[in-house]
Amino acid sequence: MTEQRPLLEVTDLVKHYAVRGGVLRRQVGTVHAVDGVSFALGAGETLGLVGESGCGKSTVARTVLRLVEPTSGAIKLDGEDIAPLSKTALRPYRRSMQIVFQDPFASLNPRMTAGDIVGEPLTVHGIATGAKKQERVAELFQQVGLRPDQMKNFPHQFSGGQRQRICIARALSLGPRLIVCDEPVSALDVSIQAQVINLLIDLQRKQNFSYLFIAHDLAVVAHISHRVAVMYLGRIVEIADKHELFANPRHPYTQALLASVPIADPKAKRTAPLIDGDVPSPINPPSGCAFHTRCPYAIDRCKTERPMLQAAGTAHQVACWLNDGTGRSE
Amino acid sequence: MSEAIPAETVLDVKNLQTVFFTNSGLFRAVDDVSFSVRRGETLAIVGESGCGKSVSALSIMRLVPDPPGRIVGGSVTLEGTDLLKLDDAAMRSIRGNRISMIFQEPMTSLNPVMRIGDQIIEAVRLHQKVSSKEAWKQAVDMLRLVRIPEPERRAQEYPHQLSGGMRQRAMIAMALACRPALLIADEPTTALDVTIQAQILALIVDLQQRLGTGLILITHDLGVVAQTAQRVIVMYAGKKVEEATVESLFETPLHPYTRGLMASIPAVPSPDAKADVRLVEIPGMVPSLTRLPPGCAFAPRCKLAIDRCRQEYPPLDEVKSNHWAACWRAGEMAEAS
Repeated sequence: MTEQRPLLEVTDLVKHYAVRGGVLRRQVGTVHAVDGVSFALGAGETLGLVGESGCGKSTVARTVLRLVEPTSGAIKLDGEDIAPLSKTALRPYRRSMQIVFQDPFASLNPRMTAGDIVGEPLTVHGIATGAKKQERVAELFQQVGLRPDQMKNFPHQFSGGQRQRICIARALSLGPRLIVCDEPVSALDVSIQAQVINLLIDLQRKQNFSYLFIAHDLAVVAHISHRVAVMYLGRIVEIADKHELFANPRHPYTQALLASVPIADPKAKRTAPLIDGDVPSPINPPSGCAFHTRCPYAIDRCKTERPMLQAAGTAHQVACWLNDGTGRSE
Repeated sequence: MSEAIPAETVLDVKNLQTVFFTNSGLFRAVDDVSFSVRRGETLAIVGESGCGKSVSALSIMRLVPDPPGRIVGGSVTLEGTDLLKLDDAAMRSIRGNRISMIFQEPMTSLNPVMRIGDQIIEAVRLHQKVSSKEAWKQAVDMLRLVRIPEPERRAQEYPHQLSGGMRQRAMIAMALACRPALLIADEPTTALDVTIQAQILALIVDLQQRLGTGLILITHDLGVVAQTAQRVIVMYAGKKVEEATVESLFETPLHPYTRGLMASIPAVPSPDAKADVRLVEIPGMVPSLTRLPPGCAFAPRCKLAIDRCRQEYPPLDEVKSNHWAACWRAGEMAEAS
């Protein structure tokens, strides 16, 4: 990736939710949903965000778009920090950031025609009306592999894969520079997933926007991304070029995650031992390195001091005391 | 349990037909499907939504909602008894006892206002004459068997106090409490995270082998199939289109649909495969069961389709030894590979 100024630069992003209890609804705890996340995303690049449920990957996505207000941290889009902007000041930036959600059944208004859904952002931002809008919508339909004569149909007349295409067309309508995809294919059948993944890749090659791509399926993320960040309990534990990450995972959690993926080959053997236990609660995350409670290699230092992301080879950063660029942990 | 002959057939399903009567017409959710499961064996049923894999399982359990669904033909023989001929009371004594089932979402299949231990006891005391004290002991033992830490304490807790993985373990404990001959797991790990999925699958396979249970694993994930099953059947639009041992299926899939599925899943990148290969798409979508085309249901999406495919449904032939496929061109594919 060309390393000029990145399109998106997130620094020390934090999102805490208050847990209230008792009659007086006093704050009794804090959910550390996102706990100091930093990354950069270049133009035309895809950054994959993986992790298990509750690791904060969706919260990162929504906070970047300001759909969720960050507790602290900076979100720079093209060098401009959008975190402190007011709603009105934010509006012009909204055009360049769009999102595709997981469930194409829930994210389309059942009472609007597909054409109206895709055309709505054009009206809202005052870009096109009337025949010009219809023309633009028809063009978007073709780009995502739908027929323009389907514009008058309602969402229930489409299959799951086609509905996701409508969501993608809507996201494309304003010519965004960043599209956040939050589990865009996990609700789809296997044979349809490939169609949507190929479409997303083709669109990016033609239009050169960036994706922040979130999924729990590592193979899907690896296929579409240029770089991959692994999250655990609100923090990025490892971030690297995808080939580097899969060939040479340095964080014990990444290693466990990769070893857990069932491989579609009966001859393949599992390589690393499985990790035990469940992800701890983000309300009281463990001290030091959040992974130390499940880590087979944890040392005393892991329990007290939090490791920061450190360079470990080219385009590879890892947050682990045993992996300070000296090699793997075993 | 485990001293039985390993090759013994536990379940034999023959020509099962389950139909649904809906406003848009009759559709055949399961159309003439046969398979068998041996003691200690894992049979995977693979397919996409609407292919009939879950309805097959519900038919075995006799849990198909009637109306609109009805089992209209075939036989389901469990340990020598045809379940389709039993009355409701006799079926109830088998369900949860000789066959049990684990569902996808553990939170919705557990009773939220009952302690975990009591839910396991319920299954035990329904089928066995034991005191409640003895049953509680069994429940705790089952929780220990599924490797829930501190089983005595956990048995006292309610489902919401357990994590997703722990709840699925509790479901497994409940399902295996009466030592069933057959366990049906319908997408048991789809709602779970990948590290938890690996734990649960390892647990199911380990217990199944120790207890000698036959297992039907319903899934859409070919990776899960490859890592856990011995035999696989692939379903498409209500019909069985391919059956083989797991090795044979992954080595030479003989139905174009199976081939398409395998090519459409992205592989975890390996260092030697530097270039990004484009995923192979299966064009179109799964057909609606009320408007199936004549001939092979997959023909409209199939690259290899010839005129014959559009007119006649292909028979399920043993193309290679122990490898069946319902495709007019399976023979050619077997020779080419």
